Amino acid sequence: MSVRAANTDEGTVDEAGAARFAELLANEQRVEPTDWMPEGYRKTLIRQISQHAHSEIIGMQPEGNWITRAPSLKRKAILMAKVQDEAGHGLYLYSAAQTLGIDRETMFDQLITGAAKYSSIFNYPTPTWADMGSIGWLVDGAAICNQVPLCRASYGPYGRAMVRICKEESFHQRQGFEILLHLMRGTEAQRAMAQESVNRWYAPALMMFGPPDDDSPNSRQSMAWNIKRFSNDDLRQRFVDMLVPQAEILGVTLPDPHIKWNEERGHFDFGDLDWTEFHEVLAGNGPANTIRVARRREAHEDGAWVREAARAYADARAAEAGASQKIAS
Amino acid sequence: MRSSRGLSHVHAGSLHAPDETMAVRNARDLYTRRAEGVSIWVVPASAITASDPDARGAFFESPQGKEYRHATYYTESDAVPHL
Ligand SMILES: [Fe+2]
Ligand SMILES: [Fe+2]
Repeated sequence: MSVRAANTDEGTVDEAGAARFAELLANEQRVEPTDWMPEGYRKTLIRQISQHAHSEIIGMQPEGNWITRAPSLKRKAILMAKVQDEAGHGLYLYSAAQTLGIDRETMFDQLITGAAKYSSIFNYPTPTWADMGSIGWLVDGAAICNQVPLCRASYGPYGRAMVRICKEESFHQRQGFEILLHLMRGTEAQRAMAQESVNRWYAPALMMFGPPDDDSPNSRQSMAWNIKRFSNDDLRQRFVDMLVPQAEILGVTLPDPHIKWNEERGHFDFGDLDWTEFHEVLAGNGPANTIRVARRREAHEDGAWVREAARAYADARAAEAGASQKIAS
Repeated sequence: MRSSRGLSHVHAGSLHAPDETMAVRNARDLYTRRAEGVSIWVVPASAITASDPDARGAFFESPQGKEYRHATYYTESDAVPHL
């Protein structure tokens, strides 16, 4: 394949290629699929982009779960549009990962066999309608914080996919915020539902930025490669700084008694997070891990006949076209 | 993808499909969820012939040093109106 041609000498050192790679990074330029790149860079990107794609695909489930029960036709239509967007995000990212030499079937397989990781946030259940609000506001909000700097990631296809994704994400966050806003303007029971949901999602959303910097061994290398632009803790701080005034507008209380403006730092202080829980959920022991992967596998396997039929139809038509061409000539 | 009448088609992205008809439909679903296009072309990746990225130096050498192909090369007429 031409995409791999420039990289067939895996293991051997391509000095000119390495120099060119270093130069591209130093000049803040993009690395493209045909450029030489270190194996570690390629592997890191394959892992990161495919995990990201899986997250988008699995991320359809917690919300898909509410499409049939959305409280109005308008809400249902909006929720469907959002879930469709997440499917699109997954597909943009699978395409980007493929430019690095992994094929889509392999990635699908890794996901449905449970070999691949995806964002642990999607392993939490969504028992109430308010969770659709919290996911949009907090989960998509955190995702946006994470993803905006990725638009400048050094790998061209990844950065370009992220640009498209970021454009679509802002609607996700706003629609979630509005769901909560409407609940907070509603009855006592509705306000309680919104608050209870925010209580559950706040900490997991903050953990979406990954472990603290001194416990994040791969971050430094990713930053040196211009894949990651800001550290986990910096992004988390930025997110909290945005959330506090937004929570005030909503009238919800963020479930952290340590949130306090720090004049000296020019940031909000906030309490420590329970990382043992994060690692538990990441290790597959979250409340919904098994359900998410099982459902994905079911959907994939149930769709096998559709893929087969489409392929058979395409093959038959190609054969027909070939036959009529022979007759014509 | 053509975003509106009068503009040229611009590359939008890649996708998988068993045939051309499905490719056009998938492209519509994947790349025009917000009315981004009024026309879609799909091309199998195998049908694309590309210039060799490793040979770009020599291949694109011809315009090098030919600044006189740009209007900005001609500075003596800078002060002349409507030129
Ligand atoms: Fe997304
Ligand atoms: Fe989203």
